[in-house]
Amino acid sequence: MPALAIETLGLTKDFPVGFWLAKKRRALEGLSVQVEAGEIFGLLGPNGAGKSTAIKLLMGLIFPTAGTARILGRPISDVRMHGDIGFLPEQPYFYDYLTAAELLDYFARFHDLTSADRRERIANMLKKVGLDGAGKIQLRKYSKGMLQRVGLAQAILHDPQVVILDEPMSGLDPIGRREVRDIILDLRRGGRTILFSTHILSDAEMLCDRVGVLVGGKLRGVGSPDQLVGMKVSGMEVLFELAADPPAAASLLLAKAIRTGDRYRLEVPVAELYKTLDALRAEGAQILSVTQIKGTLEDYFLDLVGADRAQPAAVEVSSR
Amino acid sequence: MTRTGIVAWNTFREAVRDRVLYNLVFFALLMMATAVLVGQISIGIDSIVIVSLGLSAVSVIGLLMAVFIGVGLVYKEMDKRTLYALLAKPIRRWEFLLGKFAGLLLTLTVNTAAMAVGLFLTLFYVNRALHSADLVVLTAVYFILLKLAIIVALALLFSCFTTPFLSICFTAGIYVTGLFVKDIRSFSDITGNPALDRVAVWFSYLLPNFQNFDVMGAAAHGRAIPGAIVAQNTLYAAVYCAIVLAAAAVIFSRRNLK
Ligand SMILES: Nc1ncnc2c1ncn2[C@@H]1O[C@H](COP(=O)(O)OP(=O)(O)O)[C@@H](O)[C@H]1O
Ligand SMILES: [Mg+2]
Repeated sequence: MPALAIETLGLTKDFPVGFWLAKKRRALEGLSVQVEAGEIFGLLGPNGAGKSTAIKLLMGLIFPTAGTARILGRPISDVRMHGDIGFLPEQPYFYDYLTAAELLDYFARFHDLTSADRRERIANMLKKVGLDGAGKIQLRKYSKGMLQRVGLAQAILHDPQVVILDEPMSGLDPIGRREVRDIILDLRRGGRTILFSTHILSDAEMLCDRVGVLVGGKLRGVGSPDQLVGMKVSGMEVLFELAADPPAAASLLLAKAIRTGDRYRLEVPVAELYKTLDALRAEGAQILSVTQIKGTLEDYFLDLVGADRAQPAAVEVSSR
Repeated sequence: MTRTGIVAWNTFREAVRDRVLYNLVFFALLMMATAVLVGQISIGIDSIVIVSLGLSAVSVIGLLMAVFIGVGLVYKEMDKRTLYALLAKPIRRWEFLLGKFAGLLLTLTVNTAAMAVGLFLTLFYVNRALHSADLVVLTAVYFILLKLAIIVALALLFSCFTTPFLSICFTAGIYVTGLFVKDIRSFSDITGNPALDRVAVWFSYLLPNFQNFDVMGAAAHGRAIPGAIVAQNTLYAAVYCAIVLAAAAVIFSRRNLK
């Protein structure tokens, strides 16, 4: 297996827009990324960043205006390598006249699996994605989250080397998100390569070995989540309790704190942390926790976009 | 099963689950009503009436199915995005297209065969026997099926680049003009302008010639149809479908899904 599972070179996509389709909108501009075999790579970006466009290009659903890409060393126009790829589309929708088991069986047939093998895999897979017992229900009766689970099941049923997931956690409840995260980590443990897109920073942070940040169709940075977001700790959060109710004329510090029940929460700049802690101790406070406040995804993106406007070159973050 | 076959089978399954074959109930009722009515009048043209009416119904029902399901075959999968996950499997786009075509053709064949059985049952009920001359009805049914194959191919072609509504218009338009192809070719004076006339005649060769497939008169009167005509029509339909499907495959293979 080549060291690079996925490699794109200057991948660019213009969509015709307007009534006469004469105008062009650039959805993706010169995307060049390399996903190494065995890693979890996240495409992180706000809505409309071009994540789905990039993924659809990789899957051959749309064709690039410019640039090329290879998966497992083969050009993306070669559908034979699809035998080694699993794909979950964004907001998946499937034949609603089929049951989940029938759909999985239909798709599995394209992978030349014997009927006994298919049956066994499907039973296991339905269990794995939490659709145990729902396999015989027609998909028209499925909820969005259930469809998402079926979508994940069909993507990994044939045990592919490379798994490409477009917003795999969307539409899922917290338990579902957790299960999907576990499945993704499980895949990596099995030596698979996973590329997934998300607009949720915490998902990327929890799962990814490396993240590519896409804003406005351009790749703004590639690196591990810590490198990307850790760069920007915007402050410290101190959680504390007071032994007694604060005096009527509370100190300036206490006045700034936000009270919920018995607890107080205080945000301070990093530089003032120790000074604040000393002051709180003087007030007789019991410190419960001190945590970094990292920029939210929104702050982070606004920052990136702002920096980009001031200086056209892409933000370079060291890669592995 | 080949990849095309897998898609074809699923397409057939979809038609069955969408209760497409329920039209057979309508056909059965029509045949029963005809049989009862003809039995009461009985002036020696029973078979003619039953065969003409039966074949017309087979043709119309088949056409409606071919056009209305045909234009949605690929379009619906693009529109609902069911195609995304499928095309991520090791299947080429033309294989998918061909599978869709074959699937609807299978549906139409089953449906038409069932109607043919109904037609023969009606004939048997009215005449208390089947004659060798009735065999020509089978040929007529076969020709209808060939015609439907061409219609499905055309509907598929249009739906690869335009909306279902326009696809229906184009397909129906071609069907209707296809019924008059011979007339266009034999009229020396169509538009009044010799140059335009030549273009019209040349253009008529692009259209499917459905007149060759119409043997309703012969079938109603029990006149045999020469094997050469059967062979010729079969070849014609096969080549026409192949060309139209190839064009559809070329367009579809380059198409950006939305
Ligand atoms: N078929 C299309 N036609 C025109 N514009 C499109 C099309 N698909 C996507 N776009 C545009 O391309 C941009 C990127 O879209 P997309 O890749 O779906 O973003 P993301 O998945 O990151 O939310 C958006 O501005 C979107 O409007
Ligand atoms: Mg998207």
